[in-house]
Amino acid sequence: MFDIAVIGGGVIGGTILRELTKYQLNVCVLESCDDVSMGQSKANSGIVHAGYDAKPNSLKAKFNVLGNKMMSAYASELGVKYKNNGSLVLAFSEEDLTVLEELKTRGETNGVERLSIIDRAELNRLEPNVSDNAVGALYAPTGGIICPYELTIASIGNAMDNGAKLYCNFEVASAKKLENGYEIISTDGNKVSAKIVINCAGINSGKVASIFGDDTLNIKGRKGEYILLDRESGDFVSHTLFCTPSKAGKGILVTQTVDGNILLGPTATEVENPAPVTTAQGLAFVVDKVKSMCKNPPLFNSITSFAGVRAYSDKGDFIIEKSAIAENLINVAGIESPGLTSAPAIAKFVAEEIVAKMTSLVKNEKFNGKRTPDYFFKNLSIEEKNELIKKDSTYGKIICRCEGITEGEIIRAVRENPKAMTIDAVKRRTRAGMGRCQGGFCQPHVAEIIAREHNIAYEKVQKGGKNSTLLVGKVK
Amino acid sequence: MKNNYDLVIIGGGPAGLAAALSAYDNGAKDILIIERENRTGGILNQCIHNGFGLTRFKESLSGPEYAARFKTEVNKRGIEILTETTVLGFNKDKIVTATSPVYGIFTVQAKAIILAMGCRERSRGALNIPGSRPAGIYSAGTAQKYVNVKGYMPGKEVVILGSGDIGLIMARRMTLEGAKVHAVCEIMPYSSGLKRNIVQCLDDFGIPLYLNHTITEIRGEGRVTGVTISQVDEFKRPIPNTEKSFNCDTVLFSVGLIPENELAKSAGVPLSARTRGAIVYQNRETLTSGVFACGNALQVHDLVDFVSDEAELAGRSAAEYIIKGATIHDAFDCENGANINYVLPQKIDKNASENVKLFFRVSNTFRNCTIKAVCGDKVIATKKRLIATPGEMETLIIPTEKLKEINGTLTLSLEVNE
Ligand SMILES: Cc1cc2nc3c(=O)[nH]c(=O)nc-3n(C[C@H](O)[C@H](O)[C@H](O)COP(=O)(O)OP(=O)(O)OC[C@H]3O[C@@H](n4cnc5c(N)ncnc54)[C@H](O)[C@@H]3O)c2cc1C
Ligand SMILES: Cc1cc2nc3c(=O)[nH]c(=O)nc-3n(C[C@H](O)[C@H](O)[C@H](O)COP(=O)(O)OP(=O)(O)OC[C@H]3O[C@@H](n4cnc5c(N)ncnc54)[C@H](O)[C@@H]3O)c2cc1C
Repeated sequence: MFDIAVIGGGVIGGTILRELTKYQLNVCVLESCDDVSMGQSKANSGIVHAGYDAKPNSLKAKFNVLGNKMMSAYASELGVKYKNNGSLVLAFSEEDLTVLEELKTRGETNGVERLSIIDRAELNRLEPNVSDNAVGALYAPTGGIICPYELTIASIGNAMDNGAKLYCNFEVASAKKLENGYEIISTDGNKVSAKIVINCAGINSGKVASIFGDDTLNIKGRKGEYILLDRESGDFVSHTLFCTPSKAGKGILVTQTVDGNILLGPTATEVENPAPVTTAQGLAFVVDKVKSMCKNPPLFNSITSFAGVRAYSDKGDFIIEKSAIAENLINVAGIESPGLTSAPAIAKFVAEEIVAKMTSLVKNEKFNGKRTPDYFFKNLSIEEKNELIKKDSTYGKIICRCEGITEGEIIRAVRENPKAMTIDAVKRRTRAGMGRCQGGFCQPHVAEIIAREHNIAYEKVQKGGKNSTLLVGKVK
Repeated sequence: MKNNYDLVIIGGGPAGLAAALSAYDNGAKDILIIERENRTGGILNQCIHNGFGLTRFKESLSGPEYAARFKTEVNKRGIEILTETTVLGFNKDKIVTATSPVYGIFTVQAKAIILAMGCRERSRGALNIPGSRPAGIYSAGTAQKYVNVKGYMPGKEVVILGSGDIGLIMARRMTLEGAKVHAVCEIMPYSSGLKRNIVQCLDDFGIPLYLNHTITEIRGEGRVTGVTISQVDEFKRPIPNTEKSFNCDTVLFSVGLIPENELAKSAGVPLSARTRGAIVYQNRETLTSGVFACGNALQVHDLVDFVSDEAELAGRSAAEYIIKGATIHDAFDCENGANINYVLPQKIDKNASENVKLFFRVSNTFRNCTIKAVCGDKVIATKKRLIATPGEMETLIIPTEKLKEINGTLTLSLEVNE
């Protein structure tokens, strides 16, 4: 029996899991997909928000500002790429400028440091490609960018290195109340028991709560669509550019990613069905908006498009509390934006302020929070690389030519916690297949490595997701 | 392996192999070919269909057979080849950096370099087709690799987007392997593939080709379950109510090839925005002295026979550079005019000692037309064509004696005859 089972292997479940391994607890995470970070934590903007957006005194405001302050150290300990690139909220009218003043005041109330309003000339200096129609901007130097799935994978991987267990393909379907906790049953009939359950199931957290008898959560979906541009255009902007928020919403953003691509989006459409599919209208909307924000955006360099679905609560704020109805259940739900930014702060709060009141927490002296970065090879000197290649020649062989990823790095991703079982899982850990040819060349090789390492038949290798086999059989 | 060579050739496809032979036979014998894969032959290794070598050998060979003829000759001459070795970069001083499981990361000093890295396929992302991102979406070349090299079928019910040659060839290949190809759709009013491939790969198997059509949605969660195609208007916008739906488990993309030039770009070799390959003189030297380019890395060829020709020219020029020293160029520019997409070479030496063959592609399908190379109001060369299509590379010869008459930019254009 586990002390604690976390449901949902997103960034929230992942950072909470890792936080719990700092104590002498037997913990696990149950994830319905074949890999971690398959929900909103896979497809979002990756912005470490400064914290001027959220309503003062909300949980969003509190955890955003705290999370923002923690992120740099948190990321560096886990070897996750993070960049403090600064955010700019663009104003296109006098009216917008008034809104920016309000944002600035709100941000200061929330505890955001060093906010300032800059004029056109200064904006030009910071971002020469901004549209000539921009009249000024709110500058938030504490804004940053991070790779959301890298953060999730690293948190869960590090938690596993510290003893946590990961159950993938475990979709929580029902639960049985035990004397001292729950027996949790998956759709396939697998069972895990735990004394305390932490519900971090994103879009499904309402459903999951009701499985444990708590019907109070009302979680809805709002989809966002994106277009990603080639690294070749990576210097188009360096800060994250937002539009001034209006009644119509936050509008879309233009940002660099930590891997040097340019990301455009997201849209915001209410959805009943949370399938992350892109639409012609959505992508056209992004294109139009970007054209109004920037001069000659290099849209010809688009390499892919994708969508993510925000899981928000009808309460308009994060829900982070012990269920009032179901015993031993903690709900961490409705974690929409700025949830990624807030994750480290939420995790700390859940462990120290909620779990600590339900069970006694004893420090795990063996906890080691450090993780070797997935991209460690890239950062080695040539001498160090050659040292490694001498010991393990697979590091001398390039598999993904667009991103320059070696066989050694792919093998490592397949073996390290949390093990990559699919093509997409390898891609999220190593970037193999994420470049401009989108896996055209390396996919057959990556599939071979997965088949070999996990000892499965070549034609059984999956792209990622249920029933996503790449091949249908041998040729005649 | 040594740490310096007269000539380093990047890429051991048909271009790299032919360039090596020609450089060797023209006196530059100290050559290293660097190839990323575990064998030379390039993309030909996966092209097991016939039709290679019709021009050069007057025979219809398969891709591997065509490549084998060159490999044999290269081996006879004892030219050094490093396989499983990827070039990571080179610089203006012609120091080439590469990595291999055997040697690790190493550098070699070259006197001259030939770029023969081939091309890559444009991916789905470049088109931003809406929908989900399930398994079952491949570029035609990837599918070709699965079927012909690995021996596995990527799917059974197929829709192909784009009518490039690889897509057409794969339509036939998948059909022969028992798959059902429901449609090939092409957004342009014409196919970008060779006429012979349309006839032999689609018509002969009753596979419909929908011109002026594109895929407007891809469906499926784990694996593709279907697509919607729509007709497009003259601005390539989908026309409402022309949607057709297909149930399929596979979508292949054959939407164009792009010369592979990351290396050239980072070495500062100037590229052409039109071909996306290097800008070259008629001898295939780039604007970086001593660096030459040929094959699909320079311009996307339809036929490997022309790749070999071009590579021989580059190999010969590199040998001359190594033996005689750098050429001082005194050249005029060569540009595309009306109805022409690009022309290569972009620069021609006034004192070139041989006829110069211009390679180009027209921008649409034209019937009964004249192609003209003009300098000012002087007509330098012309050629009449009954039909010219973007899918087939065209050539025009500028005789040496005419070069003297050119005292400004040479412009190539196409006029439709009345
Ligand atoms: C378009 C978009 C843009 C965003 N931009 C930003 C941003 O720039 N900055 C920022 O700070 N935040 C941003 N966010 C918010 C951020 O992405 C989320 O707050 C964060 O990812 C939430 O993580 P999570 O772990 O709660 O949810 P998820 O990542 O969705 O994780 C939930 C997990 O639970 C699993 N699960 C569901 N049901 C079950 C079940 N029955 N059994 C087992 N497992 C189950 C799912 O498979 C999933 O892996 C954005 C979100 C979206 C959608
Ligand atoms: C998928 C595909 C299918 C095709 N099918 C046909 C067909 O059916 N019929 C036809 O006539 N033509 C076909 N073509 C066109 C064909 O590519 C050319 O005719 C010919 O193969 C081009 O020769 P090449 O040597 O320029 O390029 P390639 O054959 O592509 O050879 C380039 C070589 O360079 C190597 N290389 C690249 N970068 C590096 C590096 N950094 N370091 C080391 N080595 C490197 C590659 O591994 C490769 O072996 C096809 C092209 C593609 C892309």
